[in-house]
Amino acid sequence: MSVRHALLALLSEGPKYGLQLRQEFEAGTGEVWPLNVGQVYTTLQRLERDGLVESDDDGADNGPQKDFRITADGEAELAEWLRTPPDLSSPPRDELVIKVLIALRVPGTDIGEVIQSHRRYLVELMQEWTRLKEHSADRDLNFTLVVDAELFRLDSAIRWLDAADGRIKRAADEPPVRPSIALPKLPRKAGAPR
Amino acid sequence: MSTLELRAVSKVYGDGPTEVRALHDISLAVDQGELVAVMGPSGSGKSTLLTIAGSLEEPTSGEVVVGGAVVARMSRADRARLRRRFVGFVFQDFNLLNGLTAVENVSLPLELDGMAAKAARAAGMAILDDLGLSARADRMPDELSGGERQRVAIARAIVGDRELLLADEPSGALDSANGEAVMRMIRAACRNGVAGIVVTHDAQLASWADRVVFLRDGAVVDQTTPHDGPESLLARDHRA
Repeated sequence: MSVRHALLALLSEGPKYGLQLRQEFEAGTGEVWPLNVGQVYTTLQRLERDGLVESDDDGADNGPQKDFRITADGEAELAEWLRTPPDLSSPPRDELVIKVLIALRVPGTDIGEVIQSHRRYLVELMQEWTRLKEHSADRDLNFTLVVDAELFRLDSAIRWLDAADGRIKRAADEPPVRPSIALPKLPRKAGAPR
Repeated sequence: MSTLELRAVSKVYGDGPTEVRALHDISLAVDQGELVAVMGPSGSGKSTLLTIAGSLEEPTSGEVVVGGAVVARMSRADRARLRRRFVGFVFQDFNLLNGLTAVENVSLPLELDGMAAKAARAAGMAILDDLGLSARADRMPDELSGGERQRVAIARAIVGDRELLLADEPSGALDSANGEAVMRMIRAACRNGVAGIVVTHDAQLASWADRVVFLRDGAVVDQTTPHDGPESLLARDHRA
């Protein structure tokens, strides 16, 4: 997650000081993502160096009450970032997927039991998030959106486990079939080693 | 005492080469106020478990105990009374009677159980009011949205202080917002003392339960265990 752009977004509302930015960041993410105050000041220094924010630079050391303001370049950077899709073009190195793939290769491994142990853990996590949502009537919209995102992310992992479970069972029951047509090649990133 | 107990329940359909073992040695107890989700793929025995729990079907072996009474030892009339007074069902396709209004659908089980029509309607109106549906009480089912129809079906399932709620994919036909509203209602009913079982293949729906039991090929293979309070999630470092 980009702390840099989150701070720019908060500063687009008006001048703020470091501690205030930290509090508003945590409130804005439903307090799900804690932020170290040192990280706030380091990021602000870099934003200032890059001309994206400016501060009360009157020579006095105002300490934690020093105000920061977004610049025109900062606003342009923020607008571009908001409209740039995150890079989802290549599959991540998903540890869950890797564990299931490796379990298939390890002799004597009960793949169904491996999958079920992950499924149970993910459902337990979802139960915890759902309980948070159930009691979240007094929390804000941002919190509910963050919890929904976690629930959908965990749900998609469970759906993949369910699909993998079924596919592996069917593969064990059926003889392997040689494909009769050429399989499409996955796109290879430019410059990737062959 | 648990509201519902399944003791070593098995169910076999057919015999010989056509024999199908739908459930195998299922033991499950659901306490008052507890919501249990039974999760498994299609064909794992979820719906059979629910119909046996609701005494709509008899097990091939094992016992079903509802409210402390062994169902197999009841007369047919007592079982019918148990289903009318003690158990409420919710189905994926709502199963509302199209010729009746929302409140008539809700009050029908009470009237069938001998309550005067006026009193049954008052009880039906009271529960629809609790569920925020009083303005829709005199609408026919086809005038209601899918979410409203399912909420009426839940009202019908819990009207008359029934103690066991059995739901088969109750939000399967709904979008996520309506599905969440339905699960909030089922949770609220359990908070008020109803014991609930929801069978589903959907993890989002199952995650509303206190406990999730995993069914595979007719057998319980696993279940979730309660964790620390949910607030513990917020204490973890979620920085990406």
